[in-house]
Amino acid sequence: MPYEPYMKELIKKVETTRSARIQAAKEGKHFPRLSEADGMKLMKEFHPDYKEGTKRQLAVGPSKGKVVPNELADILEAKSSLNSGTVDLSRIDYDVDVLVIGGGGAGSAAALVAQEHGARVLIATKLRHGDANTMMAEGGIQAADKPNDSPPIHFLDAIGGGHFSNDPQLVKTLTHDAPSVIQWLEHLGVMFDKDPDGTMRTLHGGGTARKRMHSAGDMTGAEIMRTLRDEVRNRTDIQVIEFAPALELFTDHEGRCAGAILFNFETEKYTVVRAKTTILATGGLGRLHIQGFPTTNHYGATADGLVLAYRAGASLCFLEATQFHPTGVIFPEQNIGLLITEKVRGAGAQLLNADGEQFVYPLETRDVESSAIIRECSERNKGIRTPTGRFGVWLDSPMIEVLKGPGTVARDFPAKYRQFGRHGIDISKEPMLIYPTLHYQNGGITINSQAETEVPNLYAAGEVAGGIHGINRLMGNSLLDITVFGRIAGKSAAEKAKQTQPGEITLQHVQKFHEELKKAGVGDGRISPILLPDYVGKIG
Amino acid sequence: MSNDVVPIYIMGKKYHVPATLTILKAMEYSGYKFIRGCGCRGGMCGACATVYRLEDSYKIVPALACQTVVEPNMSLTQIPFFPANKSIYDVEELEPGTQTLLQMYPEIARCVCCNSCTKICPQELDVMDYVQAALRGDIEKAAKLSFECIMCGLCASRCPGEIVQYHVGLLARRLYAKYLTPKAKHVADRVAETEQGKFDPELEELCRMDKPTLEKRYAQRDIEAQ
Ligand SMILES: Cc1cc2nc3c(=O)[nH]c(=O)nc-3n(C[C@H](O)[C@H](O)[C@H](O)COP(=O)(O)OP(=O)(O)OC[C@H]3O[C@@H](n4cnc5c(N)ncnc54)[C@H](O)[C@@H]3O)c2cc1C
Repeated sequence: MPYEPYMKELIKKVETTRSARIQAAKEGKHFPRLSEADGMKLMKEFHPDYKEGTKRQLAVGPSKGKVVPNELADILEAKSSLNSGTVDLSRIDYDVDVLVIGGGGAGSAAALVAQEHGARVLIATKLRHGDANTMMAEGGIQAADKPNDSPPIHFLDAIGGGHFSNDPQLVKTLTHDAPSVIQWLEHLGVMFDKDPDGTMRTLHGGGTARKRMHSAGDMTGAEIMRTLRDEVRNRTDIQVIEFAPALELFTDHEGRCAGAILFNFETEKYTVVRAKTTILATGGLGRLHIQGFPTTNHYGATADGLVLAYRAGASLCFLEATQFHPTGVIFPEQNIGLLITEKVRGAGAQLLNADGEQFVYPLETRDVESSAIIRECSERNKGIRTPTGRFGVWLDSPMIEVLKGPGTVARDFPAKYRQFGRHGIDISKEPMLIYPTLHYQNGGITINSQAETEVPNLYAAGEVAGGIHGINRLMGNSLLDITVFGRIAGKSAAEKAKQTQPGEITLQHVQKFHEELKKAGVGDGRISPILLPDYVGKIG
Repeated sequence: MSNDVVPIYIMGKKYHVPATLTILKAMEYSGYKFIRGCGCRGGMCGACATVYRLEDSYKIVPALACQTVVEPNMSLTQIPFFPANKSIYDVEELEPGTQTLLQMYPEIARCVCCNSCTKICPQELDVMDYVQAALRGDIEKAAKLSFECIMCGLCASRCPGEIVQYHVGLLARRLYAKYLTPKAKHVADRVAETEQGKFDPELEELCRMDKPTLEKRYAQRDIEAQ
């Protein structure tokens, strides 16, 4: 769908103000940034996290009393599809040192490092290896490796971005190890954007004090994912089973994790995996569509890992905060929810209302930026209406062509340029219409700097884990987190496996959880993990 | 936006779907629950490779189901899996020579320049050109021309030479990035510093810092100009 005539009329207002805005930008003048206090105030009024009636306290489990979104509570307070007796646990199909659940970036990094530490590794994943949020990441990965930057400056950015709620030890590990994971990826053959002398081209992201966003075109995650996947495939002693989601963890009589049961999507048969140690790397929750928001996430992002770990006794943290990405596509309808990377704003594109006027500094932290857009489209009534009655604001991509030279948009954002081009919109000439979209989980399973969860022999890494970003993650810190903590989890799990005898496999914890549900009188009629969203017969 | 409904044929069966839907959503609307053939839903992962034909045309048109809007009377099928060989190598041991790609994928010599791969590529890449570059040992060109490949596999499904183009491109990119571009010196320098523990005292201090002091440090940090 190209823009309709009335939308093209509105775009003229953007064009009218453009040259003055570009002139100001060139002089280093920008829309004022909000103070921390004003940002908070704006969020309390407009951020979806603060909307009443959208969350509730968990009635059962290790984090009983904690508040999470209703959609998540629904699957945490739910029954397993397995009862002891449903499956024969006496036949072990795979007996390994380390089981990695989830074949995204974190799981693949973990598997590689576990293998390097001598472990026999099995990766079980729900869809294809690499069908994951990692594949979709566009903008980049942070690391403080430039001379004017340092891990402590990166630390301050990350913890400030998280409104000082992050676990400082995890932030320390994240920022300290960042340069070495960039080097690891560089040596594996990830095609980072570089100057001819090898210097990484780095940009700002929302909330960064230094230009430390490393990228590979606008396919940074895909480039990392396909390289890691290729490396896993080259190490033929790492086994990979696709279309085999984990349905439940196993615990032994002492409550230690002892592997998992997989479900073959195609044959609908169960596979029993006994493992000395297990790493959960199942990613995020976007497909729960919190508060009905569209999402940027891949098809399998249904929070399965949270459900499994919770039943096994792991506590959860910071799940009260969901990340909405300020710039999701709101038009054309076919692409709704898809992400426009922050790098577009990093390159100079501004956000504009129906009058073609700026209303927010373009690189506030994501939560503040999203709140400002929602205010513009609600209270202030300055949004642009789409033909289906949704509202959004302009993201003025054509100004990048003026600031950075003609051809920059197609060169630096080839994937977006093509995606819009397919619908007759040339984003080097016309602005994009955007609105916040459900993007990232923020919190997750509680871990420490060794990626250990509270359940012995169970590790977690990547988006499924919580604490690193507190209540708000900065762009580029997630690709970083999954590689840093994926690698740590791989090492920890492999080392632990050396000192561990395989345990007896039971589903006792599931039974106990079912009893707790019954006592609390919740969860009847709900089964989880849900594995895939249900769009059948709907317009998904 | 119109509320029109159009007929489409999914593997030969007729369904009526809203005209504005993508193929992926139209299939779900028609009652399909995807296991295969659906991944990122954003045109990045290559899971939903699809081919279709329009009425009165002999042409086979490539598409990503998540990116392509339905057209009246299109007859479509997904190709969620197509067998493909992949060479096994240790990238540390390889040399970025002019013969490397040919040694790892000897079948590229079977390219007959029919251009079927380029014609079918939903990313509109010059697939044949990068296979030819690979054959000549031009790793850089093969890497750059294949960069936006999403490995959907449609090229390999059409190739009369049975080449798996997307694996060739992947190896070219790894070789190019690892061996043919200079390493980032500033990264190596910083890694050495972190390994020597240069930043540990300051990071420890930040970990111990109370919130008001942290907040102040954060608010006062200087921000590099755009
Ligand atoms: C569109 C988009 C753009 C982004 N851009 C950036 C960016 O520019 N920079 C940045 O730092 N971050 C970005 N992010 C965030 C980042 O990509 C993700 O947070 C990160 O890649 C998550 O990695 P992961 O390995 O933890 O999870 P994923 O990559 O999602 O992998 C999880 C894997 O687990 C599998 N799985 C799920 N459930 C089960 C189960 N029950 N059993 C077995 N397997 C299961 C999934 O199928 C998947 O393969 C972006 C995210 C999205 C969606």
